[in-house]
Amino acid sequence: MAVLMEKKFPVEAGAYESAGEASTTIKRTLKQLGVSADVLRHVSVACYEVELNLVIHSDGGVLTLQVEPDKVTLISKDVGPGIPDIDKAMTEGYSTANEEARTLGFGAGMGLPNMKRNATEFDIQSEVGVGTTITMSFALKG
Amino acid sequence: MTIQDVKDILEASVLEGGDRMNEEVETACGSDLMSDVLAFVKEKAVLITGLINPHVVRTSEMLDITCIVFSRGKLPSQEILEEAEESGITVLATNMTTYTACGELYMHGLPGSKRRAPAEGA
Repeated sequence: MAVLMEKKFPVEAGAYESAGEASTTIKRTLKQLGVSADVLRHVSVACYEVELNLVIHSDGGVLTLQVEPDKVTLISKDVGPGIPDIDKAMTEGYSTANEEARTLGFGAGMGLPNMKRNATEFDIQSEVGVGTTITMSFALKG
Repeated sequence: MTIQDVKDILEASVLEGGDRMNEEVETACGSDLMSDVLAFVKEKAVLITGLINPHVVRTSEMLDITCIVFSRGKLPSQEILEEAEESGITVLATNMTTYTACGELYMHGLPGSKRRAPAEGA
């Protein structure tokens, strides 16, 4: 289906101060487009989690927002380091977050499972030394 | 329960959003772990926390949390209050500990946030 809107947000590794800015912009953009509060909350939570993951765990990446008539898609693509064991990473409570992330109230090992719970469709592909791509779509109810 | 009720029960001061005291709140959550807040909280909620940084406001905005209560007499910076103003979130401060503040609100009939059901199709 035709993509009505596409926006890209570069996310810098280790930029804890500004983490969440892309998600805030995405939430406000979708709200202006008239996305319902319920769907908006699912997108926002998953978006914030994935943006934080880029800041905390990746070597930097890009968050892409795509809006189609029947769904919203978020794609997080980073340049490494990749996840050695995806099953382990998807387990609630398992975390490799550093002390700085934990001081801010994150790194409880809830991020990836929470993204999966909020998205209508969730896909994660990762290769060590190459990078991780997470694709999440959210159905827009009519 | 309204935000005004929350303020009265917790003997709190209003740091931001004094014009929204009549807004209704339906549930509450007490946590310093934003990861857990992101996984559990529903809309129209109050967040009671002892954690003070801008991510408390950003997390709240993502979840449509209407009111943040900073516990144990801790006060947020002007920068945090400005973010809250921009997000339309009311900010209160109480001298009670997080445990006591949660207990008081619970006793007055404000239930805890339950984990939401999986997203449709997940």
